[in-house]
Amino acid sequence: MWRFVLRRAALVVPTFIGVTLLAFALIHLIPGDPVENISGERGMEPARRTRLLHEFGLDRPLPVQYGSYVAHVLRGDLGHSLTTHVGVAQEFGTLFPATVELAFFAMLFALVVGVPAGVIAAVRRNTAADYAVMGVSLAGYSMPIFWWALLLILFFSVQLGWTPVSGRIAVEYDVPAVTGFMLIDTLMAGDLAAFRSALSHLILPTIALGTIPLAVIARMTRSAMLEVLREDYVRAARAKGLSRMRVIVVHALRNALIPVVTVVGLQVGLLLSGAILTETIFSWPGVGNWLIHGVQARDYPVVQGGILLIAGIVIAVNLIVDVLYGVINPRIRHG
Amino acid sequence: MALVEIRGLHVDFGSPARPLPAVDGVDLDIGAGEIVGLVGESGSGKSMTGLALMGLVDAPGRVRAERVAFDDQDLLALSMRERAKLAGGRIAMIFQDPQASLDPCYTVGFQLDEAIRLHGSAAERANPTARRERAVSLLREVDIPDPPQRLHAYPHQLSGGMAQRVMIAIAVAGRPRLLIADEPTTALDVTVQAQVLALLARLRREHDMAMLLITHDLPVVAETADRVVVMYAGQVMETGDVPAIFEAPGHPYTQALLDSIPEHNEGRARLRTIAGVVPGIDDRPTGCLLAPRCERAEPICSSERPLLRGGGAHRAVRCHFPLLKP
Repeated sequence: MWRFVLRRAALVVPTFIGVTLLAFALIHLIPGDPVENISGERGMEPARRTRLLHEFGLDRPLPVQYGSYVAHVLRGDLGHSLTTHVGVAQEFGTLFPATVELAFFAMLFALVVGVPAGVIAAVRRNTAADYAVMGVSLAGYSMPIFWWALLLILFFSVQLGWTPVSGRIAVEYDVPAVTGFMLIDTLMAGDLAAFRSALSHLILPTIALGTIPLAVIARMTRSAMLEVLREDYVRAARAKGLSRMRVIVVHALRNALIPVVTVVGLQVGLLLSGAILTETIFSWPGVGNWLIHGVQARDYPVVQGGILLIAGIVIAVNLIVDVLYGVINPRIRHG
Repeated sequence: MALVEIRGLHVDFGSPARPLPAVDGVDLDIGAGEIVGLVGESGSGKSMTGLALMGLVDAPGRVRAERVAFDDQDLLALSMRERAKLAGGRIAMIFQDPQASLDPCYTVGFQLDEAIRLHGSAAERANPTARRERAVSLLREVDIPDPPQRLHAYPHQLSGGMAQRVMIAIAVAGRPRLLIADEPTTALDVTVQAQVLALLARLRREHDMAMLLITHDLPVVAETADRVVVMYAGQVMETGDVPAIFEAPGHPYTQALLDSIPEHNEGRARLRTIAGVVPGIDDRPTGCLLAPRCERAEPICSSERPLLRGGGAHRAVRCHFPLLKP
């Protein structure tokens, strides 16, 4: 088991080089630079521009810049934002809980709806229920997040007025940030009205972000269930006289979850990239929103550091999923 | 009074307008404590007969019968729920591939416990410790070494023979009156086959348990069973007591099956085989099902399907020209 974890951890090194190189190259490929962005439309006198470029270290050749960036990162220094002058790691740490909160509920939504939907579709194969689940999930998978999010806002927030349009909590509430998770902070502050407000702000972004993983999980669960339901041990479980429900949940679903867990792990990466769009549309104060602003301001340290941290988290989650795979599948654990 | 009484059992696939019969009017009696060998080639409907008796035929398969009675209880009149209660309890079943029949995600102990919890005594159902003791004694009964240790084993840690012993332990947890064994030794090594058959024979003696032994392996039937039912393309071709049928088969198909066994034909240079294959479920002849493959077929065989004609003492043959005059 530990050898397996170590082997997986060793793969982090090439991934780290790839991610830093890619983030560095991509942000420098975008036309413009931070100084140009600061000067705005009226321009800046060339001498000041040269001085600022030198101050930011942007007048050096690109390989040197990359080398010094990596050297700093290895010492644990992600640099400071060029616009706010706050440390990148510190800014990320402040904003990340908001993204985690959103991503967690999106995944929860996707699992709680997607797994039962997939099971029902498999058990009632080729019935109206099956076609409905498959049709809706195909539509959900094909829908661009930004468009789907706008539709949700237009219908539920604007037409029906059920949910707020954007943000994380209504402006009248001021809750001290202890954990950074709004639902927990409002409860710790004992402010139920604020908790309700935070919850209602969470609903639409959760649905918007959770729809694609939901569709993937429903389809994956269905196909895994269809395969498992044909297995001998399912027939043998029925021959024992177990109830239909117990055969489906305890025996079939348990086995079908093995591939589903892998898919969930892969979805976490997609979830974080989807969060960037969702956060921008709902003005959700998380790292996705922050990254978009960083790109617009050509804030190199923010973009590079943000991408690196997100990549690190995705790698960690996938490692956890691989370990979990061993827990859920005895054949791997004792293999 | 037979323990199992089946009359006119049909299992149909295909559309109701054009049914495709997998089992086509099977009559079958099993006496208490009797071992009946159900023999036939692949696709003869023998496994489907066992599954129908268990109530495990899945859609799109449809089961109908004039009578399916177990212990004088009409199974067809039972609700799905009552039927499920019998399965695994008073009627149990084991399958061809024991390793695939155990759920890979759970330990032997868990899967035994499931059966004991449903079909054990009242004390066992209520008390986990009693269930554990029963599980250990069941594993001991099927000759598994070091039972307490084995409770924690996962199926992939067991050999095929061990896995089949575990399946048998699960099956007898409900103290069944009838055990349906569907090719119980086919997937096992020859030496292990003999051990498992000996185990089944012993359990049958000790528990006074009847057994429906489904197999294509005639020597296994000759050694183990009291009576044989030979099936072909969904119908019973011949039934009779074991020594009688092996000494003097009444149906050309039974004769052909016997001619293809090495043990039965010592000294002969070549074994005989039956030309052709079992007709497909959608391609059954109108006359005798065997007519296209039968060396003794006459014109009437292709036009008129023979009836299963009894000859007293358990013997019946479905042939226009039986080898032995009843």
